[in-house]
Amino acid sequence: MTHLPYIAASYAIGIVLPSGFGIAAWLRASAARRRLLAIDPRAQAREAARRGRDGGDGP
Amino acid sequence: MENVSAFGPSERPTRQTPAGPKRRGPNLHRFANPGRFLRLSGAILPWLTVIGIAVTAFGLTWGLFFSPPDWQQGDTVRIMYVHVPAAWLASAGYFSLAVCAVLSLVWRHPLADLAAQEIGPVGAVFTAICLATGSLWGKPMWGAWWVWDARLTSVLVLFFLYLGQIALIRAFDDPQRGYRAAAILALIGSVNLPIIKFSVDWWNTLHQPASITLTGAPTIAPAILWPLLYSAIGYTLVFAAIVLARLRAAVMERRVRTLLLARADHAASGAGAVAA
Repeated sequence: MTHLPYIAASYAIGIVLPSGFGIAAWLRASAARRRLLAIDPRAQAREAARRGRDGGDGP
Repeated sequence: MENVSAFGPSERPTRQTPAGPKRRGPNLHRFANPGRFLRLSGAILPWLTVIGIAVTAFGLTWGLFFSPPDWQQGDTVRIMYVHVPAAWLASAGYFSLAVCAVLSLVWRHPLADLAAQEIGPVGAVFTAICLATGSLWGKPMWGAWWVWDARLTSVLVLFFLYLGQIALIRAFDDPQRGYRAAAILALIGSVNLPIIKFSVDWWNTLHQPASITLTGAPTIAPAILWPLLYSAIGYTLVFAAIVLARLRAAVMERRVRTLLLARADHAASGAGAVAA
């Protein structure tokens, strides 16, 4: 394969940056969900209903 | 428990008829309800993420290992499977910022401001990917990492517009002023989108003209076009998934802040009543 370093660097950038942003977004959403569940009774009720529908206690 | 909106009392999407009572808002405002938005996005997001990652992986693998090399550029054409979707999403992301700006300035849709706040950094990252991979493609093909060509320069301007939008949102103590300033910048900056698109036609540029148009047949061989389309669709779904996850986080963070403020107000008023 010609110009392999350029191609490899491009694919690394194209995979690492969106993955990093995606993981950061997921972690941020998880942290926000935990904080909301801790203080919002409506969110707790929704979560309980969701777990009931799923048929388990969940994590 | 306090019945408070995630958007705060002054930002609630209420509409009044001349007679006074509330009427049901237009369809767009139904999604301004944070609970409904969180339910809907929570159902969509896992599918969007899984399908986006799978389609992107399929397109990139096909492009990297199984598509043929270009007769002129050789294997460097494989950079296209990352570069072109990033370029499309850089422009599409800014277009969505402009749509959010209209929704915010004209209809005062409360989710539009949050969406703009969360789209900006993701769009900036995809513009940076476009610029970086373009540079990595330009060095072996043109012999230079960068040229002040109309297409490259207009995309660099787009990157700075994204940075300006991100900075403006955070520049004011009053978030509403920040959102408004950023929305105006997004609308003005959208003038750059047709300049990016037509720069290769209007000026004599080193960058090649468009190979895929809405009006004519593509000038790319199908063996190269198909992995490019898969890669573009996959990256688009990944972009949407990242924005949706960030938007969910922003809605929940705002609701947490609103609830804590309401509790603090309640506690302060209770303490004041006891003191009196």
